[in-house]
Amino acid sequence: MIRLPFWLLGALLLGGIVHLSTVLAMPQAATQDAYSRLAKITPVNALVPLAAPTVQNAVMPFMDPAFAVSVCRYDLSSGGLKFSSPVSQAYTSVTFYTRKSIAYYAINDRAAGRRTIELDLMTPEQHAQLPEQEDVTAADRLIIESPTATGLIVLRALAPEPGLMDMARRTLASARCRVEPVPR
Amino acid sequence: MRLIFGSCFTLLLAAIIGLGATWLTLTHGVAFGALTIGAWTAWPRSGSVDIDPYARATIARSGELPIGTGDGVAFYARTDDSGQVFDGRCTFVLSGLTPAARFWTLTLYDPEGRLVANAIDRHGFTSAEIVRDAGGRFVINVGPRARPGNWLPSGGIERFVLVLRLYDTPIGIAAFTSKEGPMPAIVRKGCA
Repeated sequence: MIRLPFWLLGALLLGGIVHLSTVLAMPQAATQDAYSRLAKITPVNALVPLAAPTVQNAVMPFMDPAFAVSVCRYDLSSGGLKFSSPVSQAYTSVTFYTRKSIAYYAINDRAAGRRTIELDLMTPEQHAQLPEQEDVTAADRLIIESPTATGLIVLRALAPEPGLMDMARRTLASARCRVEPVPR
Repeated sequence: MRLIFGSCFTLLLAAIIGLGATWLTLTHGVAFGALTIGAWTAWPRSGSVDIDPYARATIARSGELPIGTGDGVAFYARTDDSGQVFDGRCTFVLSGLTPAARFWTLTLYDPEGRLVANAIDRHGFTSAEIVRDAGGRFVINVGPRARPGNWLPSGGIERFVLVLRLYDTPIGIAAFTSKEGPMPAIVRKGCA
């Protein structure tokens, strides 16, 4: 019976290891993360509007119902991506997520500073292969490096009032997201 | 014999402790770097690559996409200022000001992040549609019964969560104190 404290201490230490490893493994094991949810309803490398969240149905939890949302589920394995979106009257933002839902870059219309938001998305390898002079002449192109080959671009446009939702959706309808094959 | 029994006991207890702790932290949304102002809490680092493993696990499990740091910041409230948990059968009054931001939205969800059914199909307000007084202050009644002015129906559900999202906020997150970031006060005003 004298050994009981040792067994308990062992259980506590082992429990700590179990806890930390399950927390770290969760993103790998998750089957209902945002990317998996969107993979069922969105094509690859194309911008599609998401249905607004309703009481019965929402693509993801905690979606802001005041926003029109479009998603481009990307795969950069066949080349970099060109993204462009007009700016809505109220507020527009673009957020880039990795395959594991980490927001690695976000920009809003004011930070983009123009009537359209234009971005080039590529992997660090594709960025390194870019001819150098092209990098200079195209200084006004904003190049974003994706840490993972797959991920999500989420375009959001605010409808300040419910009546303006259609306008926000129309703005997003002319946004584009397409692969630009690497020239060889 | 005692060794086998002890080992089994230890392993079982370790599994219970470890999985229990994981379940608790993920369902309660534990994350580091929390920013708390009154009843409101934000995790600004969850919208960047500096996100911690607990927040990563939480969003992987729930399936949500955190708001990016360059986009805005989301404040969550589950209780009023005195720590009483939001009950959909009670009326809570939000009043005051919000930190400087180009736009903000306030949304009511159930604890799982779903919108709540109600008669007028209202799930939140944006900063553009709120009714304010001359000083820019506003009052929002959150409760099951219709109120004049800004009424956010809670549908009478048992528990709810309020999320205040600030978009394009010029206030640096590092310098975010209660003085620079006046968050709305939340007070309970009676129950049905």
